[in-house]
Amino acid sequence: MGYPAYDTFHSLTRMNTFTDSLTTAFLLITSFDSTLAGIVVRSLAVSGAACVIASGFGLLLGAWLGVSRFKGRGAVLALLNTALALPSVVVGLVVYLLLSRSGPLGFLGWLFSFNAMVLAQTVLVLPVVTALVRQTIEDADRSHGEQFASLGAGSFMRSLILLWDERYALLTVLIAAFGRAISEVGAVMVVGGNIDGFTRVMTTSIALETSKGDLPLALALGLLLLGVVLLLNGVIGLVKHWREALGDSQPERVVAAT
Amino acid sequence: MTVLFNLQSAHVHYDKIHALSDCTLQIRAGEQVALIGSNGSGKSTLLRLLHGLIKPSVGVMSSSASARQAMLFQRPYMLRASVQNNIALSLWLRGTDWKQARRDALVALERVGLADLAGRNAKALSGGQQQRVALARAWACKPAVVLLDEPTSSLDPSAKREVERLMHEFAGSGMTLIFSSHNLGQVKRLASRVIYLEQGRVVADLPTHDFFNGSLPAAAENFLKGELG
Repeated sequence: MGYPAYDTFHSLTRMNTFTDSLTTAFLLITSFDSTLAGIVVRSLAVSGAACVIASGFGLLLGAWLGVSRFKGRGAVLALLNTALALPSVVVGLVVYLLLSRSGPLGFLGWLFSFNAMVLAQTVLVLPVVTALVRQTIEDADRSHGEQFASLGAGSFMRSLILLWDERYALLTVLIAAFGRAISEVGAVMVVGGNIDGFTRVMTTSIALETSKGDLPLALALGLLLLGVVLLLNGVIGLVKHWREALGDSQPERVVAAT
Repeated sequence: MTVLFNLQSAHVHYDKIHALSDCTLQIRAGEQVALIGSNGSGKSTLLRLLHGLIKPSVGVMSSSASARQAMLFQRPYMLRASVQNNIALSLWLRGTDWKQARRDALVALERVGLADLAGRNAKALSGGQQQRVALARAWACKPAVVLLDEPTSSLDPSAKREVERLMHEFAGSGMTLIFSSHNLGQVKRLASRVIYLEQGRVVADLPTHDFFNGSLPAAAENFLKGELG
């Protein structure tokens, strides 16, 4: 693959140290390399779309599991928690089989496409969102759910109210889900095929450069990936800070201050 | 007077723990009933049973259909929303249109003297203010019965007085009050009837004057000595 600015730099220098990869990362960013920008944007788009879809289902499902009590719930939770450890390659393989020409979803023609990568990451992230939301909502329900029941909220309404009330805590869940999505390589590699300019994302680029032996570039891409996630965390941190500035702080702090 | 609650040999078990045992009592409209007893005696369980949050494991609990209830908890929970919306939500959950619910919430806040805090974040209020908002939330639903679980236990004296004043006003307007308390002075001031519980059993159930001045079962007598001594 070609990153023009990097290729020029590489031809002039001999890079074999860890610090060189930092320089490379800096060079790639400051040169506004269009190939790299495309990969970064594609990575963000795939993982962002997967997180949005998984959150849509996972928030509701997790909240419902958090407040409901039914026979076999323990088994469902055990399965859900097990799904947290789903290997991304296995997810990729299953989605590959589903989307392959002879598979049940073969008619969609999604294999080796953007949609296939989104689907695979959605499957990967859904248990993360559901399990963490379930735990957050269940804790909140145990602590004060009875008060909402006393106000007349049934279990479904209670789950929605708690979901809304725990929205800032759930931001962390979404960050964790996004982190899981954007950092995985196995699923997108299998269902996307790492096609240059089409399904290549940051993690598959790193895998490719590593296999080619260009370790500084692979490491530089890894640093970039961390930088992107750091930037997103910064944005979330700003949202939380903005919320506190509006007075939505914890009562203990306010009581202590008054 | 109409019987609002009728308990017949009600038991409540949590796994192997007997939270309430063989409880038989009636509560009539207009009464102000104080539940007293040491920690773990079953006061909160009885309140939760009367409010319908739990069902008796054994026995019968019936409440009059007219007993529109509201319950106040020791530490009322406020949503991360404005004070007005916290109250409006409880009305909306009971079927009031949202705009009307917000208007009624404001009226309820005026009732407890907190109208100027309507737009404030409820989480940012002090404990006493939150308890008054909770009282407004209860009052807004126009309940016939208000159940209060140690409503002033975590409040400072001035907040305690304010909450007591509101409870007194609610009682004066004809509401039935059922509250648990460790504060015997408060019980004397607010209650018309006292129920003493020990280890989940009703040991004494007397008018307030008789409870504090008449002869009591030994367990209740010892409790009073301990609390007053």
